[in-house]
Amino acid sequence: MAHLTRRKLMTATVTGVGAGLASASLFGKTLSPQAELARPHNHDYKFQNISPRELIRQRHLPNVRLVTMDGKNVRFYDDLVKDRKVVIQFLFTRCREACPIITHHLAEVQRLLGGRVGRDIFFISITLSPEEDGPKQLKAFAREHGAGKGWTFCTGKPGDILLLRRSLGFTYENPKEDADRNNHTGMLLVGDEPLCRWASAEGGALPTWIATMIRTEADAPFMGAVNGVRLTDPTIHTN
Amino acid sequence: MANRRDVIRALHNRLELVRAGFTRRDLMRMGLMTGTGVLIPKVGLTDCRSFSGSSTCNLGCSPQPANVFVDPMPIPPELPARALSDPGLSPAPSLCPNNAINPATGLPFEGRGQFNGSLIPGSDCFQFFNQYPPQKYFVQRIRANSNFRITSDTNIPAQTIWGYNLGGSASSDVATFPGPTIVSRYQQPWVIRRYNELPDQSQNGGFGVPEMSTHLHNFHSAPESDGGPCRWFFRGQYFDYYFTAQQAGFAFDHQPNGDINESLSTMWYHDHRIDHTAENTYKGLEGFHLIFNQFDTGNETTGFRLPSYPTYDIPVILNDKLLDPTTGLICFDTFNFKGLIGDIQLANGVIQPFFNVSQRRYRFRVLNGGPSRFYELFLTDPNGTSTQIPFWVIANDGNLLPTPVQVTSFRIGVAERYDIIIDFRQVKSLIGSHTTVRLENRLEQKDGTGPTGNILSPGTGTFCIQFNIGGIVTDNSVDPATGPSFYTLPSVVTPRITRNFVFDRSNGQWVINNRFADCNPADGLNTFRFTVQQNSTENWVISNPRNDWQHPIHIHLEEHQILSRSAQGFSGRNEFRYSGGYSGDGWGSSGYGSGSGQNGGTNGNGVPTVEIARKDVTRLQFNESDTLFFRFRDFQGDWPMHCHNVVHEDHAMMLLFKVLTGVIDNNNNP
Repeated sequence: MAHLTRRKLMTATVTGVGAGLASASLFGKTLSPQAELARPHNHDYKFQNISPRELIRQRHLPNVRLVTMDGKNVRFYDDLVKDRKVVIQFLFTRCREACPIITHHLAEVQRLLGGRVGRDIFFISITLSPEEDGPKQLKAFAREHGAGKGWTFCTGKPGDILLLRRSLGFTYENPKEDADRNNHTGMLLVGDEPLCRWASAEGGALPTWIATMIRTEADAPFMGAVNGVRLTDPTIHTN
Repeated sequence: MANRRDVIRALHNRLELVRAGFTRRDLMRMGLMTGTGVLIPKVGLTDCRSFSGSSTCNLGCSPQPANVFVDPMPIPPELPARALSDPGLSPAPSLCPNNAINPATGLPFEGRGQFNGSLIPGSDCFQFFNQYPPQKYFVQRIRANSNFRITSDTNIPAQTIWGYNLGGSASSDVATFPGPTIVSRYQQPWVIRRYNELPDQSQNGGFGVPEMSTHLHNFHSAPESDGGPCRWFFRGQYFDYYFTAQQAGFAFDHQPNGDINESLSTMWYHDHRIDHTAENTYKGLEGFHLIFNQFDTGNETTGFRLPSYPTYDIPVILNDKLLDPTTGLICFDTFNFKGLIGDIQLANGVIQPFFNVSQRRYRFRVLNGGPSRFYELFLTDPNGTSTQIPFWVIANDGNLLPTPVQVTSFRIGVAERYDIIIDFRQVKSLIGSHTTVRLENRLEQKDGTGPTGNILSPGTGTFCIQFNIGGIVTDNSVDPATGPSFYTLPSVVTPRITRNFVFDRSNGQWVINNRFADCNPADGLNTFRFTVQQNSTENWVISNPRNDWQHPIHIHLEEHQILSRSAQGFSGRNEFRYSGGYSGDGWGSSGYGSGSGQNGGTNGNGVPTVEIARKDVTRLQFNESDTLFFRFRDFQGDWPMHCHNVVHEDHAMMLLFKVLTGVIDNNNNP
């Protein structure tokens, strides 16, 4: 191995590799790599005090514009997720493999959850084919599956849908697999946004279990108490 | 001036860089190395932005301490036993759960008897409680600790962890990570009472749910004490876990104390709450549990004469984490469903610590605490990376092998344990004037799916611990080179039935035989997928038809023996086939081997010698079918089998099975 000096590597890094620049700005610093290395080694990171809820919002819950099956313009975070307990699913109306079963299961789950869907639990179904699923197609699909109050079907711009899907983790690592809509994930994302509590149910599981799991996710945080301190629900959202 | 290619090549030996005067932080700052000592594979391309453009919690983005190997590796304190009169044990543990309602919570005082949070009256009384009354009592309180340090570098902030304390009620009795080590002895039945004193859900720091189920990983336990996925309890409740402390077979073919050859030694306890195990264990809910007996005594002058506990018998839990580049706090991505690997390497809760040793034999109980990474662990002399340093594997998953096996490395998946003996006097003689060696992970892994199978060059992997070797001291422990005999493997017989389990992904969902975990008792065969006849034997064939995932499969209740590892039935790559050595790594010619090939070699059925053992986790590798033999005895009830990549586990790669008497279930593909 070639003999390497500190100076050589620094020079090579700045002029040849170019990684130093990317890294030096990584944590919001603007120092050049040379200046970075000239500093004593007790760097202090400038960490920010941002709430975990806000970090999750920034990273995973983009406030993209969507259109509901009723033709209403909504924002994903502000109007559908914020302060709510949600169940999020991706589908497309012409899907003939996984979606019909999963949507059928979700309709059954809606029934099992009784009046809670629309009261304190909200279902969100987002199309993977915004080009062909307009509000009209979604409305017909929702009616066909007996979707009731509190279950919103949405479409939007393809780029926004893709951003949403990736941010929420509904992706495959393999690009070919990821692009295959018929093989899309049957996962149901179950979240309590203000409580930073996120989990997945599996759309292919028994509706009785999915409903039990969703009910448990919604209720467990408010059960039990330590030293008389109990979490009370600040988030019941009535429409 | 060196050209770019020269630089890149040079970077593959970071030791050279260190000698050239660069600190790891310099390299970090230049984006050339991650915190664990791994050079970033795609220089300049590390993605530390979310899809929306904000900062994110991702591999290669964690802030790093200024220096490593500057903090001592902590040894967890031992959990003190308590008298039954201790206030923490009032009212006394009882055969059946204390399901009286606590007015302070509106819930039963005790969480035992609940299944998925709902009380099933009359359920979960302790099996064998009266036959083997408890002799020892422990208490633990599960709490948050908001002042936990993973490094002495104060540029990295104190962390909030969730963990187990020493059992006291005072607020000064804080939770630690790893939790206190619990030490018990066979034939001394014990009870552990755990209180859930966690903060409420709104204080979780972004991940973690405050509903607890504490699994004692690999003990031979009844379901009411096993801490399975569905038996979690709420804040403000307690839960009594009772253990008979008898070896398997105690109620059947080896009455009354069980088969000595089923003795366990290195176990661990961890949270197992369904759907949330990954985030909860990531928060710190993990600790060691060691059990001794008349042979594995903890005293090197008696029994098998293994190095004495606690001075020369050291538990080591390895975890990789991510730190949030925005806050400096441990971060966990709850929107990642494939598995999570980190770029901060912890040993016993501290980033890359050092450990001072004397020149003699030590027993290390190495545990992969997850969440998703696989390791291939070597000893490396940082000043002479070409030196091959052999050591001994004496136990797999906490079970002493028939006899020690000499190796230069071992592969360890999440939740596996390898007890190893390192003779630092011998190591010192190999490294001459040098005085340190490091435990190094040289297995390449780029994401949570599984390892690539590539073994990195010595010195370019991830250093987990630096051992600083001191002087020569007395050593009364057995020399593994003399070939001592430990336990004999229990017999393998023709099974009553063979069942098949395919671990796969279906429409983006993790499945076993195309179905999902279910904790709703009303779902019948969807919840409890099959029933094993008590006092019978079975073969389970676990299969992975994919070439892009690996799964460490864990089965509760009874251990298994791996009868074969094979690629039958699947096409595709089998890049890691235990061929008996890795290219460029052979040390058989260096004088340490016994002629059976590197790392003990394999038997005729593809099972490596270090896995000819009793196991509770089997790594299911690419395109592989593994045949496991079980003997079911003693307890009745329900237990899980699951992937211990805890992210996969949380996304339903789990099933429950029952063991009952008088039920014949011949379903081969449950």
